[in-house]
Amino acid sequence: MATTTTTVPSAGPVAGSRSFLSRLRQGDEIARLITFLFAASVVLVTLLLVLELWQGSVLPRHKFGFNFFRTSVWDPIFEQFGALPFIYGTLVTAAVSLLIAVPLGIGAAIFLAELAPARVSDTLEFFIDLLAAVPSVIYGLLGVFIVVPLMRQYLQPVLKHSLGFLPLFQGPAYGVGFLTAGIVLAIMVIPYIISVSREVLLSVPRDQREAALSLGSTRWESTWKVVVPFARNGILGSIFLALARALGETMAVTMVIGNTPTISASLFSPGYSIAAVIANEFTEATGNLYLQSLIELGLVLFILTFILNGVARLLIVATSQRGRGMGNA
Amino acid sequence: MKRIAGMLLVVLAVAGVLWADGALSINGAGATFPYPMYSKWFDEYHKKNANIAINYQSIGSGGGIKQVTEGTVDFGASDVTMNDEQLKAYQDKHGTGILHFPTVLGAVVPTYNIAGVEASLNFTPEALAGIFLGKITKWNDPAVADANKGAKLPAEDIVVVHRAEASGTTFIWTDYLSKVSEEWKNTVGAGPAPKWPVGLGGKGNEGVTGTIKNTPNSIGYVELIYAESNKIPYGSVKNASGVFVKPSLSAVSAAAAGAAKAMPDDFRVSITNAPGKDSYPISSFTWLLIPQKFSDAAKRDAIKGFLKWALADGQNYAETLSYAKLPKEVVAKEVKAINKIE
Repeated sequence: MATTTTTVPSAGPVAGSRSFLSRLRQGDEIARLITFLFAASVVLVTLLLVLELWQGSVLPRHKFGFNFFRTSVWDPIFEQFGALPFIYGTLVTAAVSLLIAVPLGIGAAIFLAELAPARVSDTLEFFIDLLAAVPSVIYGLLGVFIVVPLMRQYLQPVLKHSLGFLPLFQGPAYGVGFLTAGIVLAIMVIPYIISVSREVLLSVPRDQREAALSLGSTRWESTWKVVVPFARNGILGSIFLALARALGETMAVTMVIGNTPTISASLFSPGYSIAAVIANEFTEATGNLYLQSLIELGLVLFILTFILNGVARLLIVATSQRGRGMGNA
Repeated sequence: MKRIAGMLLVVLAVAGVLWADGALSINGAGATFPYPMYSKWFDEYHKKNANIAINYQSIGSGGGIKQVTEGTVDFGASDVTMNDEQLKAYQDKHGTGILHFPTVLGAVVPTYNIAGVEASLNFTPEALAGIFLGKITKWNDPAVADANKGAKLPAEDIVVVHRAEASGTTFIWTDYLSKVSEEWKNTVGAGPAPKWPVGLGGKGNEGVTGTIKNTPNSIGYVELIYAESNKIPYGSVKNASGVFVKPSLSAVSAAAAGAAKAMPDDFRVSITNAPGKDSYPISSFTWLLIPQKFSDAAKRDAIKGFLKWALADGQNYAETLSYAKLPKEVVAKEVKAINKIE
């Protein structure tokens, strides 16, 4: 112990100065430099992205300032631009999708990892990975041809009839709207939650389960009280991955959301999301203020993602510290 | 973004040159609506003139104006004329002007889905403006029903469907509504992506059609070609002379002929609500945007040669592809204008 601690600091600089060339020859240094460059490029690309979005949105930032976030008029002809309905639509559809996808996804993951026979679990996993790889335009078509008619004919009338006293389920049933977009997004993100959560649950050490069982807990108790809490961070990670996809999804959302910038308490109302409006209007945006307002919307989406990711990180840190605290006590 | 688009175009141009094996390569970009017509033209013209290859990217009218102003393409194409501000921007950047050349015509038609109504409906300008402003909300409103005595229009809410993305089709539709309704002009205006007072947005002609098919009691608008080739119901519109005209290629050409007399020298003209009793009122030219000065004499001559061909033999391809031909008066005027290209 003592010898190693004394040799390391003295050997460090000597090894560094003496063997840089030899390490270079052996390839270690080259590998270190190259992989460092690769890692640095991630940061570089992110910074460039922010810089480009920032520089590209000078005009609307000066003209509208904070009103860009507070106003809800989006009028390219009279050049009035406000982002609020798009921010609202993005957040509402993402929230609806997570409300549906999280319980379903985690439930399915627990079944696959803990309760299902290995063969069933592996087969299903294959299909789930397949679902995760389906291009989003296909989900959009599924939405247009199947979900939208189902919503209009069945689900929306039923919701209106049973829960119509809530402002959430009022107004005409068009089929398209926040709720439909949220449901299609949920279908899209569930495979991510299942796939990642299952892996995390499977990686919980066998000792944890055996310890719980040996203390007399039932199988479900060991799953719910030991395995799931142990895997909590990984499961949260899968949810944030799903959230990121829901926030940024363009094609499937624009096909079913109704593409109308409105803020309405009703989930039946047609809406619009940031990613969808950029995709729809960017190619034909003539006029600098119009084009730059769309770029500023991109910046808003970036900031939104950044904030939500930050909150997610804090949540993980907070919960894992609490977990450790409990463990110590 | 522009740089990437520019680089892509350069790559495409290089590929085009290599592919054309030493032939003169000319690049254009713009409107999607006339793309089937243009690609047929460029193909036929290349067969006749093996040394000239014209490449065209259908990136949208706004994109066409942007790319030609950036100088990344030799010519642009648009369903909407460039406004004075855009022309000035081009002038400032390149020290020369842009010439508009009408090539063919198209029309936009009202399409609908009303349970129990099989007959083709008649729409007055007041009815269309009222419906799209959200002022007329029921199908049996007298403003709609009085022009359709035979049809049993239900007492149901009208669901308005419009294009979600910015498009030349929307420009033609809103340009028409601006001409027939003072209120539309003042509150919404004409543009490729206005602030819609009511309605749902469908992506593309197919998105609008799909939403209408799925939504009972809905109304929207699509290009005439699209409505014809997909066999969806569409209505007649009352023109400036007070006649209900069923949209057709000949009714569109009639609108162009009606406008031809008052055609300005730069061809920047809107022919919505055109005079003449046979004119279909929601019609429009589509234009090629050609720089007035070319530094490369070979390119200049090739483009002039192509324009002359497109205005003569090229017009014969139009009707088989469901575009309306240019009226003779307009062709004659354009042939003269070709000489302005230096």
